[in-house]
This record gives sequence, structure tokens and C-alpha cells, in this order.
Amino acid sequence: MDTEPQFFETNATPGIVGQPLSRVDGWAKVTGQAKYSAEYNRLPGLVHAVLKTSDVAKGRVTGIDTSAAQRQPGVVAILTHQNLPKPVKVPDSQVNKGTLNSPMGFFPMMTDEVHYAGQPVAIVVADTLEHAQYAAALLKVTIAAEAPVSSYLDPKAQRYVPKNVKGTAGVTKRGDAQAAVAGAPVQLTATYHHATNHHNPMEPGATTAHWEAPDRLTVYDTTQGVSETQKTLALMLGLATEQVRVVTKYLGGGFGCKAWVWPHVVLAPLTAKAVGRPVKLVLSRQQQYTGMGHREEQEQTLRLGATKEGKLLGIVHEKTSTTSPWDDYAETNSRIINMLYALPAFESTYHLAKASVMTSTSTRAPGDMPGSFALECSMDDLAYQLGLDPIQIRLLNYAEKDPTNGHPWSSKSLKQCYAKGAELFGWSKRNPKNGQTRAGNTLVGWGMATASYPVHNSQGNARVRLYADGHAVVQAGATDLGTGTYTIITQVAADALGLPPENIRFELGDTILPSTQWSGGSTAAGRVSSSVYLAAQDVWEKLIKLAVRDRKSPLYGAKAADVVMEKGRLQLKAKPATGEAFSDIMKRASLGDVEGSAQGRYGSVYKEPSVVADADMNKEEKEAAAGYSMHAFGTHFCEVHVDPELGKVRVTRWVSVMSAGRILNPKTARSQVIGGAIFGMGSALMEQTVRDPHLARYTNADLANYHIPVNADIPDMRVEFVDEHDPHVNAMGVKGIGEISIVGVTAAIANAVFHATGRRLRSLPITPDKVLDAMRQPV
Amino acid sequence: MESDLFPPADAPKPEDGSRRSFMKLSGGILGLALAPPLVSQAERLTAYSKVLKGATDITLRVNGQAHTVRVEPRVTLLDTLRERLDLTGTKKGCDHGQCGACTVHVNGQRTLSCLTLAVMAQGKEITTIEGLAKGDQLHPMQAAFLKHDGLQCGYCTPGQIMSGVACVKEGHATTDAQCREWMSGNLCRCGAYPNILAAVRDVAGQTAQG
Repeated sequence: MDTEPQFFETNATPGIVGQPLSRVDGWAKVTGQAKYSAEYNRLPGLVHAVLKTSDVAKGRVTGIDTSAAQRQPGVVAILTHQNLPKPVKVPDSQVNKGTLNSPMGFFPMMTDEVHYAGQPVAIVVADTLEHAQYAAALLKVTIAAEAPVSSYLDPKAQRYVPKNVKGTAGVTKRGDAQAAVAGAPVQLTATYHHATNHHNPMEPGATTAHWEAPDRLTVYDTTQGVSETQKTLALMLGLATEQVRVVTKYLGGGFGCKAWVWPHVVLAPLTAKAVGRPVKLVLSRQQQYTGMGHREEQEQTLRLGATKEGKLLGIVHEKTSTTSPWDDYAETNSRIINMLYALPAFESTYHLAKASVMTSTSTRAPGDMPGSFALECSMDDLAYQLGLDPIQIRLLNYAEKDPTNGHPWSSKSLKQCYAKGAELFGWSKRNPKNGQTRAGNTLVGWGMATASYPVHNSQGNARVRLYADGHAVVQAGATDLGTGTYTIITQVAADALGLPPENIRFELGDTILPSTQWSGGSTAAGRVSSSVYLAAQDVWEKLIKLAVRDRKSPLYGAKAADVVMEKGRLQLKAKPATGEAFSDIMKRASLGDVEGSAQGRYGSVYKEPSVVADADMNKEEKEAAAGYSMHAFGTHFCEVHVDPELGKVRVTRWVSVMSAGRILNPKTARSQVIGGAIFGMGSALMEQTVRDPHLARYTNADLANYHIPVNADIPDMRVEFVDEHDPHVNAMGVKGIGEISIVGVTAAIANAVFHATGRRLRSLPITPDKVLDAMRQPV
Repeated sequence: MESDLFPPADAPKPEDGSRRSFMKLSGGILGLALAPPLVSQAERLTAYSKVLKGATDITLRVNGQAHTVRVEPRVTLLDTLRERLDLTGTKKGCDHGQCGACTVHVNGQRTLSCLTLAVMAQGKEITTIEGLAKGDQLHPMQAAFLKHDGLQCGYCTPGQIMSGVACVKEGHATTDAQCREWMSGNLCRCGAYPNILAAVRDVAGQTAQG
């Protein structure tokens, strides 16, 4: 909307925004005072619920022997599909899972069916955690096992091309990519593998459910979206939305797995209802692997055609991955492959195979992360084949406009990111030949890759209450996954209200606050900051209206449009000396506070809010209406040392340069980029969950056997930002950075391994066995 | 190789919290309960708890304060802190000694509270994250974590800080490489490692200067 104020207009002079403020929630976190969802211990009569899960991946429950478990002291109830109170509605198809914000078109414990190992089959409730755990161990659930399908690699698996995956057609074509590749003078074909990955937030999923009255439920949940969880619980439990309150004051990481309402989130209130007491249900680390989704194992074949000079002519992309018995789910890898370079023709096909697993789910940069692995390794191959520098091949194919729709970018500073990254890394000193650089006995390689992540549409509300004493309470029902939401919103409010940040209290994570969408898809920073900024403008509008009508005000009789706020003072735009402090206006009007509220919008809905009304309109059409394509861009550079005898790969140096609109806080933003890159290093070098091919059961579902990076795996890291001014994405000019930070990371590492060894490893994770195997092959 | 990763054998070591030391300790207590007690050991046991079957009142000294709490022998120190004493600053990430989120100090040494039975901690000085600050005065390690942004979601943070304090005291934070190694028992999924390293090394530097 053209009439809406923009932050860069009203706050042109530097303030708190953009400063490296330390986390405002940091004090609570370093002293152990921050309360997470499993830590509400003082609820009256709180009991512990423990899930009993199936060891079998497919079958039917044929017998339940509760006798031994029931005899244990402290046991309050044992719930199975036979006696669990039934929800009013459950996700039972991929048609209704969307309306229920459910990640699966299935809900366990409704019948005797078992569809995946780790599926809940019973719940044991007891007075203490130990009693509940032991009784659950004694509970005998007999399951008649059937032969499961373990993955798309299982010979029993039936592959098919779905009509749709996550709103993208199973087959999409732009131009004639097949012909373009077939006729191209340079052709490359390669297949890439990606292991199953698990989010593994340090805080496992936990739900504490308290029925304060039959029509009043409060749930403390580990969720990235309190409003979404509230809506789902209301629908499934047959309550009105306002009868459910969801609280998430602190969230111990999410990475996508806490974005949805998983079965245990609903089972906890059902259990609390059954026993008539508040219930705490916490997933064990093992249950976390089958309780909140995963990134699916997948293979991608990318066929690329280019001119002799290295200009892309077309790409044909095929992805095959495993999905659950109910859903056609796949990460949409094609998105980034389609848009990252000036690509005249593109074709993408998704193949799925249904297996005895739960539905995979959003995992940090879903689609773009694995998609960039295939694309960015192939671009590296193309550069080597043509004798070009990896940056040169990318500049040669630089997309000045969005190739998918011809729209200009709302902002794009990728060239500056390449240049700055190369300079910081010392890229110009790179040996163009691979397998040539050594440090002692190790092989040294340098690699780089491009990162990008879209600006997804989202919107939400915020409220700002400005007190006459110069303090303010700011509210939005957002969540802070550790991303820094508490801190950046405090900064935005400080500038928007002209107050020091210590005078601002920002409250989030509760459905009693103004509703806003989930923290996911890198939308929260842009959306919530815009909502709060605009809510503050609402406060000023109200105060200005008061002042110009107040005979005692120096602003009396002025036009409201001529008055501006400068550091908490209302004054004439043309004559700054004429004005007064907001507190004077409020005192004369006997107002203790003034409250403002607003809706903030992020993405193409910012300029075209009317488009939102049409629920069926997809993102592409909205972007077309807005006239701009909106993405953040960046680049990663890294050095690896490869031990040719042990096959060990170590990342020894890292540089990331990101451009993502206005950076609200370089300190927390840097942490997010480092964190995303480390998450990607895990995927690149060590992370894989292995399902037994016969039993379809995870063999390494714990943190001793599923390796995530530790401190000693991580080198010195350098992060820089290229400042961007983007008036099209939202009122604050902010693009998210939580996900772009992982995109391209796996490719940068694989490209560095190629540079070090001369061997192209296309299967993640790049573990020592694969490196040694590759080293035995001729170059 | 960097030799400072492997300090001399007589250097102080963190309690490893391994299954072996766990078995040794719990076997000792249970063994005494079953065998005819030796006088001196019996006296020692009497001071703590007479009965080791079923729920028993035990006294734990946490952050300088004595707490009497009724627990079964199988109850871990972690669950005692979190579920009985409402000291929820100590976190449960895996319950199997694989992540370090539950790290506390027992007699000044970093200890995984999920692999420690509450009864084993009787008569010992237990320090948790809640006991590190002196009123509003943060411990230098807490302040350093804030300054260097050594945290994001905050869930591993109490364990990281407790490990960090011990790491400096053990003399295992004298170089970056050594500090990385000795902080590697504490997982951080948000990936705050470089900032955690900076925080621990900062405090190690302050300590070295006196």
C-alpha cells in the first residue's frame, strides 16, 4: 500500500535497529530462568505421560496386556486405541491435513493399524516420570507384523509421479528443456543422493496440557506457531478457537519439525481429559526420530545443457524420494533449480514411493537446500569442464530477472556477495587445477556455492502500548526459536517509539496476544517487525490527532500530516522546534497509555494485500500481481582438508556473505548464518538416519549414533552482510536469513572436496568410507 | 598434532560420567546394602539413607542449600532437579549422556546429571546453572556467553556454561583447538560453536590474567 509508512522513511537516521544488541532474552537463558514447554511443574496434580511406541513398522495390534504395568505403583491410566477419548476430527487423508495444519494425513491410536515404526500405540500415565516409564516398559503390546516397505530403494516400492507435491505439480515444464539439453554442445548428467536427516533440536518435543474447565484448555507446547496449534487443537478437540490457549515462551530450536501439530500434541490434551489432571508428555530423544518428521532420503538426477562458452540452455531435473502411505510429500527441490540462474528451459519431475514411514516434513530450507546441492555441484562440474572459475560460470549465467516469470527482483545483491566473499576468502589465490594442493599429508580444497531463499508470503498482527512514563509493552503471538525474535523486535519497537530498548518489554509466544503466523519459512523477522513498526505508527497517529486538537499543545491547529515523531517527540516536519514530548500530550489528556495495533505483511502480499482474499491464488500469481520476484541471495566459500588415507574431511575455513534486505541486528543475524552453515556441514559430512531395509526401523535413532557437528568440527567462520534497501518486501525492508544460511552449504563442501581430491562425491553425507572408495578410483 | 589436546596425566579431569564409573558407584552403594555392612561404611551410609528400596528421603545440597526430597534409587539427579526441585535450568536433551545439556557440577567437577543417580550425589556439593550467578551479578562465563552470543535457542546453554566454567578450571581452554575439543561433549544444534568458543576463551584469558 502506498499510503503505509516505511521504516526507512520515518527512521532515516541510525538508531537501535542495525546495532549488535545482545539478546534481550539472554539473561533468562544464561541463568536457567527461561521456562520451556516441559517446565511448567506447578500445575495442580500434574502427572506424567509416556508414549509406548511400536517396534514394528507395519501391522495390527492384536493384543494388549496391561496387567503387569497396571500393578506398578503410581500408575494412573493406560490408554490405547480401545479407550483413548476420540477427537472430533482427525487428519485421515492428505485432503484434510491442510485444514488441520497437520503434517500427516494420518492420526495414530484411532484403530489397531500400525503404519510406521515408532508410531504411538499406547500412553501410560503415572504420578512420576519413573513410574510411567517403567510401567510403559512392562506394558505388552502384541503386533501382528506385516512386511514393510523401507524406502524408495526397496524392491517392493512402487514408484509413481504424483499430481502435486507441496503445491508444485508433479511434472512442470518451462520451454522445451529436453530438446534444449539434447541439442546442447555441452551436456552433463549426474545423480545425487541425500540421506535421511533429522532436525534434532536440543529440546525434544513436549506438550503439557491443562484443562482448566471442560471448555478451557491451556497447552504449553514446543511449537513454532502458537496460533496454528491453537486452531488445530480447537478443530480436533471440538472447541472454539478462543477456548484453547497455547503458550510457547521459549523454544529449544525447531528447524521446521516444530512447525506442525504432530500426534503427541493432540494426544497430551486427550490424555489429560481422560485422567482429569494436567499431563506432561515429553518425547524421548529416540521418540523424537519418529515423532516430529524428518528430511526425506532422496536422489536427484540433473541433466544440464550449455553452450561451449558455459551459458545454460536447459536443465532437466528428476527427483525420487520416499513418502508415507498417506501423503504425496516431497521437498520441492525444483524451485531453486528453476530460478537461480538465467535458464531458458526447465523441466522437473517428482517420483515418489510410499513406504512404511511417517511423512517427512519441512527441514531448514526445505527443497532449496537439497536442490542447491545438485545444482551447485553441477555448475561446479560445468566450470571445470570448460576451464572456467566457479564464480565466473555463475556470473556468466547471472539472472538479472527471475527466469521463471520475467519479473525484476525486488532486490538482488548477489554479485556484491560473490565479490566480497571472494575477497574475504582470498579466492583469487585458488589453484584452478584440482587435486594439486597439499598441507602436509592432507589434500586441500576450496569450494563455493550460491545461496538463495524465497520471501514467502505471510501476515500477522501486533499491538503496542505506550505508557506516559516512557515505557512500552509490545505484543505479538510469535515464537522465538533462538533466532533472536525477542531482541530484534525490541530494537524495532525502540526506534519506532523513540525509546531506549530497556524501556520496551516485548511479549510473544501466547495465543492471548495478537495473532500472527508461525515462525517458519524465514518469515518471522520481516512480518513481526513490520507489524510492530506499523502498530507504533498507529500510536503516533492517535497522539497526533490529540495534539492538533489540543489548544494547549504547540501543535494545535497543525495538519496531522505535517507532524512527525522524532525520538519520542512530536514536532512539525518543516519546523522541528515546534512540538512537544508525547508524555505531555498524554498527561494533559489524562491518558495513562495509548495503544496501537496493525497488521504487517511480508512478501508479495505487502504491496498487493487484496490478493490474499483469494485463497486459491498461489505464490506465483501473487508475485505476478506484485510485479516483483522476492528472494534473498548469498554465497558460501570454504576450505577443506581431506586425509587421503583415513578419508576424513575437515572444514578448515568458512566465509558466508549474505544479502537479505535490512539486517536488524548483525550479532544475532551472524549467529543465524553461522548456525545454518553448521547445520549444512552436518548434512554434508556426517548426518544420516539409517532405516533397516528389512524392518523399516531406524538403527541409529540417538545422538551417539546420529552425528551432528560438535565444537571440534567447526573452524573459524566469517560472516558478512551486503546491505540492501528493498521497499517492496515489507514495511521494514527485511528478508529472512534463517534458511538461506544453509542453502548451498553442502555443495560448497562437496565442491571443495572435488578441488582437493579430484573426485566428485555426489552422495551425502560424505563419510570416510565414501572418500576412501573414491580415492581408489582413477581420476 | 596439537599436544595441548592431551594434557599430562596428573591434570584434573572432568568426571567422565561413563557407564563404568556409574556402575562402580551404584554397585558400591547397592553392594553395601545387600552385604553385611562394614562398620565404617555402614556409618557412612546411615548418614545418607538407611533404606535403598522404594522411595527414600535423601538430602541433596544444591547451590549451597540443603533440599530433602523423596526419591526412588533409580531416579536420576537430572530428574530430581527438574521434576522434584523445580530447578529446570538443567536441561534434558537425550537422557543418555550423549548431548551434555544436563551438565552440572558435583564437587566442582562437570558431571552429566542424567547419568548420575540422585542417591549418588548425597553429601556432595551440587551446583546448577541457577547457582552460578551471585544475585544480579552474572558469573563471568554467563556474561561472556551474552557478550559473544554463545547461544541461540538457549536449551543447551546451561550445560555449555557449566562445562565452560569447568573447562577453564581444568586448564583445558588454553588454546582454541584444545578448548574446542574439551567443549565437544556439549552439543548445540543451533550451531553457536564459534561464539561458545569465543566466550570460553575470553573467560580463560581473564582467569589467566588474574
